[in-house]
Amino acid sequence: MSETLTKLIFGRLTIESFPIHEPIIVMTFIAVAIGGAAVLAALTYFKLWGYLWKEWFTTVDHKRIGIMYMILGIVMLLRGFADAVMMRGQQAMAFGQNEGFLNAHHYDQVFTAHGVIMIFFVAMPLVTGLMNYIVPLQIGARDVSFPFLNNFSFWMTASGVVIVMASLFVGEFARTGWLAFAPLSGLDYSPDVGVDYYIWALQLAGVGTLLSGVNLIATIVKMRAPGMGLMKMPIFTWSALVTNILIVAAFPVLTAVLAMLSLDRYVGTNFFTNTLGGNPMMYVNMIWIWGHPEVYILILPAFGVFSEIVSTFSGKRLFGYTSMVYALLVITILSYLVWLHHFFTMGSGASVNSFFGITTMIISIPTGAKIFNWLFTMYRGRIRYELPMLWAIAFMLTFTIGGMTGVLLAVPPADFVLHNSLFLVAHFHNVIIGGVVFGMFAGINYWFPKAFGFKLDKKWGLVSFWCWFVGFWVAFTPLYVLGLMGITRRLRHFDDPSLQIWFIIAAVGAAIIAVGIAAFLVQIAVSIMNRDKLRDFTGDPWGGRSLEWATSSPPPDYNFAFTPVVHDMDAWYDMKEHKYARPTEGFTAIHMPSNTWAGIVLAGISTVFGLAMVWYIWWLAALSFVAVIGVAIYHTFNYNRDFHIPVEEVIETERQRTADLQAAGV
Amino acid sequence: MILPRSLPWHRPLRSLLPLAALPFLGGCNMVVLNPAGDVARQQADVLMISVGLMLLIIVPVMALTVWFAWKYRASNEKATYKPNWDHSTALELVIWSGPLLIVIALGALTWISTHLLDPYRPIGRISAEKPETPRDAPLEIQVVSLDWKWLFIYPEQGIATVNRLVVPVDRQVRFRLSSSSVMNTFYVPAMAGMIYTMPGMETKLHAVLNRPGTFEGMSAHYSGAGFSYMNFKTTSTDAAGFDKFVAGVKAMPNRLDTQRYLELEKPSEKVPPMGFAGVEPGLFNRIVQMCVKPGTPCMTESMGHGGHGSAVNSRLPQEGERTKGALEKAPSDYGVSPHSSGDAPQGSKAAPGAAEPGSDANRNMTRIAPFAMPGRPAPAQG
Repeated sequence: MSETLTKLIFGRLTIESFPIHEPIIVMTFIAVAIGGAAVLAALTYFKLWGYLWKEWFTTVDHKRIGIMYMILGIVMLLRGFADAVMMRGQQAMAFGQNEGFLNAHHYDQVFTAHGVIMIFFVAMPLVTGLMNYIVPLQIGARDVSFPFLNNFSFWMTASGVVIVMASLFVGEFARTGWLAFAPLSGLDYSPDVGVDYYIWALQLAGVGTLLSGVNLIATIVKMRAPGMGLMKMPIFTWSALVTNILIVAAFPVLTAVLAMLSLDRYVGTNFFTNTLGGNPMMYVNMIWIWGHPEVYILILPAFGVFSEIVSTFSGKRLFGYTSMVYALLVITILSYLVWLHHFFTMGSGASVNSFFGITTMIISIPTGAKIFNWLFTMYRGRIRYELPMLWAIAFMLTFTIGGMTGVLLAVPPADFVLHNSLFLVAHFHNVIIGGVVFGMFAGINYWFPKAFGFKLDKKWGLVSFWCWFVGFWVAFTPLYVLGLMGITRRLRHFDDPSLQIWFIIAAVGAAIIAVGIAAFLVQIAVSIMNRDKLRDFTGDPWGGRSLEWATSSPPPDYNFAFTPVVHDMDAWYDMKEHKYARPTEGFTAIHMPSNTWAGIVLAGISTVFGLAMVWYIWWLAALSFVAVIGVAIYHTFNYNRDFHIPVEEVIETERQRTADLQAAGV
Repeated sequence: MILPRSLPWHRPLRSLLPLAALPFLGGCNMVVLNPAGDVARQQADVLMISVGLMLLIIVPVMALTVWFAWKYRASNEKATYKPNWDHSTALELVIWSGPLLIVIALGALTWISTHLLDPYRPIGRISAEKPETPRDAPLEIQVVSLDWKWLFIYPEQGIATVNRLVVPVDRQVRFRLSSSSVMNTFYVPAMAGMIYTMPGMETKLHAVLNRPGTFEGMSAHYSGAGFSYMNFKTTSTDAAGFDKFVAGVKAMPNRLDTQRYLELEKPSEKVPPMGFAGVEPGLFNRIVQMCVKPGTPCMTESMGHGGHGSAVNSRLPQEGERTKGALEKAPSDYGVSPHSSGDAPQGSKAAPGAAEPGSDANRNMTRIAPFAMPGRPAPAQG
């Protein structure tokens, strides 16, 4: 076969693209392959394929999709954390003559992959999953507005994950840093597949994120239970609303900037090249116009989680609900006016830098107000130290410091000496781990009993909590110190041996966090084994205040047999106060959306399209593109989209619930 | 660095530790807080004042968190419990206005200090002890980040160095900076804050070093495979020492002309310091306009943005210069994308690293084929 023909068929994919000469990767691949084969064999042996396909992959139930998002996020957390461990190991040993165990080619991919995976494929799925699960329950809805779109969004996110993971074993990932700054990410300086993997993973996952944003906005605006005015919405739903507004406004900018970068790489345009009118600064501006709102997209839902938890476990109404809501809105608007603080040092004038520095500081006012509001929610409360509340306290102590170093970096003269330093790295881990990750663990511990009907094991939860809390500070305090010593980021080798001790401490911190992650997985496993002891029949294990606690755990497919009527901000608490009697008769058949294969199939073909584009296999790209359009059109002719849950089934489900409640003595 | 024993390691307020440690560590080798140049000195002062201002609110918040968390624990039956108390206008006023006041103070500090310490602005004083405006014209140094080394051109002296920066003590230096290929950041923590170097653009930095010594300099923005070794020593010396340095470089055999620059520009790592006795006039301006290569027309002088240099390069295309997009390429030009590069490092034997920075064995670290440095033999491949 001639070389041209081979290239026409396989593009630039060759046998060298597979890591047959890399012992570490081959071993990883073999381990993954054996593990994967074992899982597949087990699924086949226990005849679970049909179950998975019918009940999970094709589901349009927001609860199951939410759970799948969470599982995806946790799996990718392991991958992203493996990258972190490699970086900490490399930096702890590569001093003087020791070059460490990663060459530049690998190390540069590792730090890029770490950032991309942690933001896009850990934090985003966890946040989206939590919103997906909780929001419809909190507003008393049956499902989201567009259930099929929800399924499709999830699978598009998974599609991005598949592409990122493929880069581990076939070809390579980007060596550009997680934002792929031009001109380094252009064809001139990154001709290999890495940046193309980056582009297509983000573009496909971005479709999912954007559509899920549209879906949740529509859900919150249109599907609230009667009586739930905007100012009676639970605060987590408020945070979900503003988060999704941010998503819908910000993600198209990312899509556009990546589209322009792909045009530069695929058709030879010059948007971001050094010559011929290209302007790399435009890339930097645009990626941060998306990038700054993105950090609020991650943190605002965490704020919502903490608001719910602090109020519930303090046994008190949330202090300053109205000012909390306005704080959220102010943060939403201001988050678009601060992007330049990510590049004060790129030569903009003093007035421009001052403007963006001051707008950044102003964001700390509403954020500070939120911290005070949590504080005064605890004031004169009765605080129960269950796991979610511990995470919340740890968050308040940790995030305050992260916020302070953030405002410090917003002062341009201070930023000039701290930008791109390990101080900066410590700062954003301080807010992302201390804020988002703590928030997600708090949320998981808080809502797990709702999703599965039993609480998580407290002992292992405590181990996980303390390891994360202590491990975080052990890992990142040295980075703050190193930043003040003038040490910058993304270095894979150091000359000064006196620095080594700090990196070793940081590596110890990472090891403690590793124990925390392991303990979390053990916590899940132990809880599943002891589920009968941890079982909650009431549906309201914490003395909750919002509507999700009004239904059973796990909730029935239809969430609520009768749409609840809301009279107060803490709707469920208000119902309990007024001795609400759960209706036990008068049920009717319930109208529900049908499962569909279209989401997973469309996303699957899109994945093929992405991979074909990465490898320049044009015929396959064209074919899969046409197939996506074709399948999408074909799906519109599917009129079999809904069904009714028969009234007998509703009666039986609700009778069981009545029995459970009586057994629990409620 | 040894931490003083009096640090409250055992206290439960673990998260306060980095703050508590700040002033103690400042006396050690925290170059950012204890720099040798007046600009970095003032930037460190702004940093410390800002931290102080913020601690006014951070410390009470954290103390209250711990106190409330302890006092209102469920087992403390004696504490007041008001489950329906959720509003207080007075408290709300404090909550919003307290941080607002801090931000007003911080904002004023920001506005003033950002303008005073703007890197484009000539410095107003040599140091706190010498507060008068410097009368001497600043020493101009042109800085170019290459893949992956630093080129310093001294136009007045007519010399150039690679990976070696020497400046006279207490004399204002005016850096004009650009880059040959991708973005980098010029950063000498002991001297002044960092500034980006960007291809086709020129940035500026005014700074001074107030005490003799040798300090670290680096690229602070990731720029590709050889980034980790893009370091250079910065030495400040008295006027006589500076003259000696200039004379020493003048005595070196090589001259930096177009040809040699184009050789130098090619990717290489762990490049030892080099010196050039002469520099072709106008080289820096041609680097900024990306027209060093003979035959490439320089872009028209743009109107400029207040002297910040133009961000848009509007030079016309050259035959064969434009990079073809993937869809325009013939299949034979696709290239392969192998999974990984050459060999992983095998310890000091494979790559002597810092012990012998010039060794060709070091260059095995990257998949990008290294090119011979001017005047040096081609490195062994593989």
